[in-house]
Amino acid sequence: MHSEFLMGNEAIALGALAAGVNLAAGYPGTPSTEILETLAKRGAEDIHVEWSVNEKAGLEVAAGAAYSGARALVTMKQVGLNVASDPLMSLAYIGVKGGMVLVVADDPGPISSQTEQDTRTFGMYAKIPVFDPSSVEEAYEMIQEAFDFSERYGTPVIFRPTTRIDHAYASFQIKDPDEYDRTEREGFVKDSSRWVIFPKLSLRNHAAIEKRNQKLTGVLSHYSRNRVIPAAGGAGTKRGIAANGISSMYVKENLSANEPIRLFHVATPFPFPEEMAVAFLDGLDEVLCVEELDPVIERALLAVCGKYHLPVKIRGKLTGDMPSAGENTVDSVGQAMRAFLAKRTGAAEEEKPKEEMPALPVRPPVLCAGCPHRASFLAVKEAMKGKKTIYCGDIGCYTLGNAAPLDMCDTCLCMGAGINIAQGVFHMDPEVKCFAFVGDSTFFASGITGVINAFYNQADMTLVVLDNSTTAMTGHQPHPGTGRTIRDEVVQSVSIGKVLRAIGLQTVVTMNPFDFPQAIERVREVAEEPGVKAILFQSPCVVRARPAAKSRVDEDQCIGCQRCIRQLGCPALVLHGKKAFIESSLCTGCTLCESVCPVHAISGGQKL
Amino acid sequence: MSTNIILCGVGGQGTILASKLIAAAAMKKGIMVRTAETIGMAQRGGSVFSHLKLGSGSFSPLIGRGRADLIIGFEPAEAVRQLPFLKKGGTVVVSSHPIFPVSAMIGDSVYDTASVMSYLKEHTEHLTVVDSAWAANELGSAKVLNVLLLGAAVQTGHLGLSRQDLLEVIHERMPEKFWEMNEKALSFADNR
Repeated sequence: MHSEFLMGNEAIALGALAAGVNLAAGYPGTPSTEILETLAKRGAEDIHVEWSVNEKAGLEVAAGAAYSGARALVTMKQVGLNVASDPLMSLAYIGVKGGMVLVVADDPGPISSQTEQDTRTFGMYAKIPVFDPSSVEEAYEMIQEAFDFSERYGTPVIFRPTTRIDHAYASFQIKDPDEYDRTEREGFVKDSSRWVIFPKLSLRNHAAIEKRNQKLTGVLSHYSRNRVIPAAGGAGTKRGIAANGISSMYVKENLSANEPIRLFHVATPFPFPEEMAVAFLDGLDEVLCVEELDPVIERALLAVCGKYHLPVKIRGKLTGDMPSAGENTVDSVGQAMRAFLAKRTGAAEEEKPKEEMPALPVRPPVLCAGCPHRASFLAVKEAMKGKKTIYCGDIGCYTLGNAAPLDMCDTCLCMGAGINIAQGVFHMDPEVKCFAFVGDSTFFASGITGVINAFYNQADMTLVVLDNSTTAMTGHQPHPGTGRTIRDEVVQSVSIGKVLRAIGLQTVVTMNPFDFPQAIERVREVAEEPGVKAILFQSPCVVRARPAAKSRVDEDQCIGCQRCIRQLGCPALVLHGKKAFIESSLCTGCTLCESVCPVHAISGGQKL
Repeated sequence: MSTNIILCGVGGQGTILASKLIAAAAMKKGIMVRTAETIGMAQRGGSVFSHLKLGSGSFSPLIGRGRADLIIGFEPAEAVRQLPFLKKGGTVVVSSHPIFPVSAMIGDSVYDTASVMSYLKEHTEHLTVVDSAWAANELGSAKVLNVLLLGAAVQTGHLGLSRQDLLEVIHERMPEKFWEMNEKALSFADNR
């Protein structure tokens, strides 16, 4: 054993290594990304680690390993589970031989996601057990237990951290590599009565799963991470709080030592530890449920009260005692707890002091200074000036193209959706010039089917691939187009241009968006062509490129028209008095501002 | 009891590295550390913060309102944004150099730097303002802002760490060619 200061995601990865994981796959997505990166960095050579092309592929690869008796891990963010839901729903019926854990990171807030969906609910729907860690240290231990549990019951299990576990750091003791479990795997053994899903098998296994999950409500009541903590002062207490994950820690931090409150910490929301819940509810009048996202514990306790005729009032999201959306904080939980107690003690909610804060500037995330997407968006915007258009966006850094002043993202739904949405808009109004913007990684993850759909169904649209040679938003992961793997092996890259031509597209134009006037001209030409056509804007992500020389504004020549500032929205361009000024610490020498200055007052920029 | 520290600024300013340096230095002294970071979308020029809890007795990484002992603001408006987290009598170390967001440049929001600074002065008992633009000029780089602010934070005495403690982890975690520059930045506040 030795002590390390670890991020939650690193702890999860090292826990999986300690459990003897043989294969790990996944697709990047905040807040889950660092798990697989840590496995690639710290895992032994004989462990297969891969960035899969998307979550569905990753889950299926992991299933194949688990069929072979190996221990398999697959990682994704919560919306990634939507992509992987098709294989998951069936895999629940088929089961696994080696332990298989799906780490699905939820994002209350949401801080960096499209939805506030709750993977605990997904687990319930898929009939798959869910483990819910409450701290970085617990995540390290719990994922090892999750592997054992998966193997013992022959089912994939879900391990669900939230952002405040994934991206928190703590220092604690972990195993040395020579203390890791080793998994002996016998390889895939043919047995079509076990591995081939047919209606007859589904019916039989459905019944077996329901029976197993019922049994697990008892088994999990004895799982040491599910806990009932008696009230201070012991018997006679009438109030309880049920909580999970990080919310449970917020409850602890708000609880004074002598509070007569019984606590129920739920580490396995599904199957719900029913026997333990009955013991928790015994003799209580009222319970407050403190959880993020869905009222999972609240509903489970209501069901237990109904089943066992327990006269306990269950409070939470469904009763309006807790907010129905958003992230909990130590303060919001403290406030809810005080209100819950006040109902009995009659204490008034304390008045918050009101302070007059000055107006603060809003500071949403923006495209970086020198980001090639800015040039690509602006080229299309200029080329289509005065035309009726729709710009369908997608998931990635380039979603930030929606912000003023670019305003180049009219729709954004989920990975790959923009390409198909553009077609629907076209079919309803052929006069509209339909554009779909997609990043390189998203193109591989779920863009290709959309292009085939457009081509086959004769849509008229322009596909714009914003190819910056990386998965930028999640921290620069490689993908099939980069010719590198997660372990930095050099492999044959997949060419986006060749894929598009193979589908049948006649017009596939590749260019550098910083060749600005030409880019505008080419976009204009391409958009006029009939059918599906594509523009590949290629320029590497600026976070990794260093400038050769930075741009400067000649103060005497600047006429103060602010066109550069108002057109580009570049964070390096600010106003000094009435003239434009370039923050040299931010400038990357992309020269886009030089291209739009009407009096050529900006010069000197150069990219390497 | 734990010492609660908040680092805040704009994505890309180096708050995460600064929080890692503090954590590493504290751990070397055997102090328990919990931290929470902003990672992901907000890193692209958005408001970011790191919460650090040094010492035992905490369960979650996030600091509650009115419970921070020290706020290290990499940007004045961001320091004000986090001010509700400062405890009564707490300390603020802040860089005086404002970063204007695109929204303020195109008129979608307002950034009145004078009122932000005067609010900070009125509402903070112990305030250290670091003239970081001047310091960057003297030091020849704006990239050491994080270490410059850590140096000023050490001087307040509320970090619970010495300059030497931080210097050791800088030597452990940074390539040698950056040592001299960071050492200068760390002691910049002392020499004034």
